[in-house]
Amino acid sequence: MRGFGKYAIWVYSAMAFVFLLIPIVYTIVFSFNDARRTNIIWRGFTLDNWLNVCDAQMVCQAFGNSVLIGVVSTALATTLGTMIAIALVRYRFRFRNTVTLLIFLPMTTPEVVLGAGLAAQFLQAGVPKGLGTIILAHTLFCLSFVVVTVRARVASLDPALEEAGRDLYGNPRQVFWRITFPMLLPGIVAAALLSFALSFDDFIITNFNRGAEVTFPSFVYTAAARGIPAEANVIASGVFFLAIILVLASQFSAAARRRRLAKQG
Amino acid sequence: MAFTAFSSSTAVVEPVAQRKSPIALFLLLPGIFYLILFFVTPLISLVITSLQEPDPLIFGEFQNAFNWQNYVDVLEAYWQQAVRSAGYAALATLFALLIGFPLAYFIGITLRPYPLLQALALVLVIAPFFISFLLRTLAWKQIFSTEGPLSGILSSLGVLGPGEAITGTAFSVVFGLTYNFIPFMTLPIYATLERFDLRLIEAGNDLYGSPATTFRTVTLPLSAAGVMSGTLLTFIPAAGDYINASREFLGSADTTMIGNVIETNFLVLQNFPAAAALSLVLMAFILILVSLYVKRSGTEELL
Repeated sequence: MRGFGKYAIWVYSAMAFVFLLIPIVYTIVFSFNDARRTNIIWRGFTLDNWLNVCDAQMVCQAFGNSVLIGVVSTALATTLGTMIAIALVRYRFRFRNTVTLLIFLPMTTPEVVLGAGLAAQFLQAGVPKGLGTIILAHTLFCLSFVVVTVRARVASLDPALEEAGRDLYGNPRQVFWRITFPMLLPGIVAAALLSFALSFDDFIITNFNRGAEVTFPSFVYTAAARGIPAEANVIASGVFFLAIILVLASQFSAAARRRRLAKQG
Repeated sequence: MAFTAFSSSTAVVEPVAQRKSPIALFLLLPGIFYLILFFVTPLISLVITSLQEPDPLIFGEFQNAFNWQNYVDVLEAYWQQAVRSAGYAALATLFALLIGFPLAYFIGITLRPYPLLQALALVLVIAPFFISFLLRTLAWKQIFSTEGPLSGILSSLGVLGPGEAITGTAFSVVFGLTYNFIPFMTLPIYATLERFDLRLIEAGNDLYGSPATTFRTVTLPLSAAGVMSGTLLTFIPAAGDYINASREFLGSADTTMIGNVIETNFLVLQNFPAAAALSLVLMAFILILVSLYVKRSGTEELL
């Protein structure tokens, strides 16, 4: 019975992995479909979609907008979030519980509510919707995730290192930029990547605040009614391959480091 | 603790000597100001909008008022969609747990002796995040479509009657929601199981507990924190989602969820008060749920 249980979890998990991968493989395979107008039925293999991605109207422009929005809102959210994370771990201040709640709540608010709230505010304030309002909205929902990610890294830092820096007559600025910041960097990079991924794939909040601007997800949503061009699959697949390579590299180097440490005892 | 599962789960938060300093204010103010400006005031805007009444002079415009009737109206008109959202989200959360828990157990405990396999398995779980959410959902739509491979098989088996389709049903919407949120369920559970001390299982066996008893009395209670945050991370976005239930994706007019109603009222009908009132009803429902969770584990713990 125990032996059976051992195999059962391998089989069950393998099935779960296949389930998770089916739509990914489907999307990638159909990026090579000789689709012409609608990319629903397999019509034969072609590289055309990959070679002439920007032929499909709007796909590349939408992709460019998404990258621009992702980069700017990631930069804003990472800066603001890292500052809050350091304050939360290192300093004592009043209203700590209120601050924690204020960071926690956006993560537990459904996206439709965040989107509708911001749209209602922009409407009342008479702010025209566009790239700017999308960036403001994305920075908001990325901010909390940055705080949470960087906070974990700050908490794992040994404060003795900073003390050593101060003992060696480093001024606060030197201590921060030469000791604290380099040691926080892996956490900050992880937060920035997460933030970019969240921004790049967001549809719901964007849709409430985009006005006439088109992002990659909103392009896909609008095109869904009349058939997605294969070029959209090309862009999604390209982004996927890039992200997977980045993640695999970091995961395997981390695993190798763990193994080396384990060997040293 | 649980939300950190998305990034690095290596950090163990230990109490650090905290200082009082004006630097704290400098570090906090910009971010807090941002959150007040773009999270708190939008919520206030929603409250104001939800109480507006139609402008008697200009058609399609609204003026500020205390029109509480809006809440009664939307609940009367859309209670079915609200109940349906809660039901679909609960089902999707349950199925995601049934798939995600064994998966997390497999990665966190079964694969622990094989670090490279473990790293690869984790990448497979987060892989869906890297390819467009909308395209993944559309992929299921096309797999389920009448021209797709599944419909033919199901029709010849007699499961699907003539003219019936898989898409546009409660089944396909719950299926899509389950699929989309499996990683959100798996990762927090994995984060707690990863740190789980295997000697506890040995101890259970030594005390003549059957594998099932050991699992029920040792493993499960110790992974409760992960299960709790996984459930929240799945239920909240699933309850507010309107992609899966949308007509262009896996749903139909019979599967409309509260998210679809808010979107249509706000962006298409431009009935802002109704959309705002519904948003706040959804928010209140989620907040009650979250506060029940927080009561059990505390906000610091959840972060």
